[in-house]
Amino acid sequence: MKVAAVQRILGRVAAVVALLLLRATCADVLPDDRADLFYSKYSGGGMDITGESAALNKKFTENIAAQVNYFVDHVSGASIDVLSQASQIRDERIQKSATLEFVHDKTTYTASYSGSVERDYRSDTASIAMKQDMFGDLTTLSLAFANTVDKVGENNGTAWVPVISWLGHAQSRSYDIDWSQILTKNLIAGVNFNVITDWGYLANPYRSIRYLDAGTPKGYSLGSQIYPDTRTSTAVQLEAKYFLPYRAAITGSFRYFRDTWSIVGKTFEVDYTHPISNIWILEGRFRYYTQNNANFYSDLFQYADEFEFEGRDQDLAAQDNYTIGAKATYAFLPNGWKMFKRATVTLDASRIAFHYKDFRNIKDFGVPQYQPGTEPLYQFNATVYQIYMSMFF
Amino acid sequence: VLLAGVVVMTAACSNMQPWVKPYERDKLADPIMAWDRDAISAEYLDHIRESREGSRGATGSAGGGCGCN
Repeated sequence: MKVAAVQRILGRVAAVVALLLLRATCADVLPDDRADLFYSKYSGGGMDITGESAALNKKFTENIAAQVNYFVDHVSGASIDVLSQASQIRDERIQKSATLEFVHDKTTYTASYSGSVERDYRSDTASIAMKQDMFGDLTTLSLAFANTVDKVGENNGTAWVPVISWLGHAQSRSYDIDWSQILTKNLIAGVNFNVITDWGYLANPYRSIRYLDAGTPKGYSLGSQIYPDTRTSTAVQLEAKYFLPYRAAITGSFRYFRDTWSIVGKTFEVDYTHPISNIWILEGRFRYYTQNNANFYSDLFQYADEFEFEGRDQDLAAQDNYTIGAKATYAFLPNGWKMFKRATVTLDASRIAFHYKDFRNIKDFGVPQYQPGTEPLYQFNATVYQIYMSMFF
Repeated sequence: VLLAGVVVMTAACSNMQPWVKPYERDKLADPIMAWDRDAISAEYLDHIRESREGSRGATGSAGGGCGCN
């Protein structure tokens, strides 16, 4: 989809939304003050990533609130791409974000900034959003815009002695329209629509194409990826949440995604939430995701410059994955303690099984070697743990 | 379409009656009916997925960074 066409559509949507906003009547409220401490661990595909986060939401008046969040990721290990190129990685990502919220009548205005720093990557995002309750509070409409500027580098040294080369910039603009609708006393539904346009250096410098090369022992060589320098994607998610005849909720969602690189992705998810008195909330979820490959992706090119654009990033390959997850939230301090009104602690665990349909595992299998293009398809399992404590005051 | 929208919106503006009354929304107000009870956790899971899948968007913010490795 061309940028001009997207802007024309968004312009019309904005005009319709402006009409809908005529319906405002009485005041909305900001959420309670809240502090969160968060720890996460991801293990899978040869990678270990741990993350720690602290967040604070604070109301200054009945109309104005601020949120700050500090997040740090520690990455170690070696993914399948890194293994095939015989180097390991060790990195840290620090993300800081701040949000200011202002409520007037039935409208909530939000402005945010988020900055993320790795030694070979910088990302800055500024965003604005507006949320409007209307039609007797049966409908909530949200609009958001975000502008992101990334600086992309590559470490040509080692994990411990980095030598960073800066390769270029990438920029993206994201437009969101979210509609949430109360349908019955037990049912709420939502539609989320998102368009993102990107331009600049969009490739991942740590991933390589491979092409047939009879002059090498393995029968192939590795080369640099060349991506298109623009991308536009559209995603629509439909979701519904139903309060069951007993006190429990079931959620279903479907997301359809497509972009100008010919990737089409579909996501299905079902969640079940079950409280036990007012102390525990238990949740189970299942998610299935499938996508086809990008139009410039190949696991094995015939020669180095076979096409104008060439990619072998596993994110661009045809794949599906399944996630099974469970979450338990325990509420404590029911009568409060000092400045805190209540608190919760949550443990969340997910298991994800990734299956690639045209991305082959080219690690060193020893002798005899596979012929190029006959290696086993790559697959791996990942485990994600999260534990966090929330204090409300 | 916009003209029709103006007519419908302005005509219904003054006497819109919610079909689910405020006093009937106790179940919808239960914390288990919130779309996302824990924003940081949801953002973290989105970041993991967007680093490994071609799809993105329409689920909320996924944070920054390349997720390159």
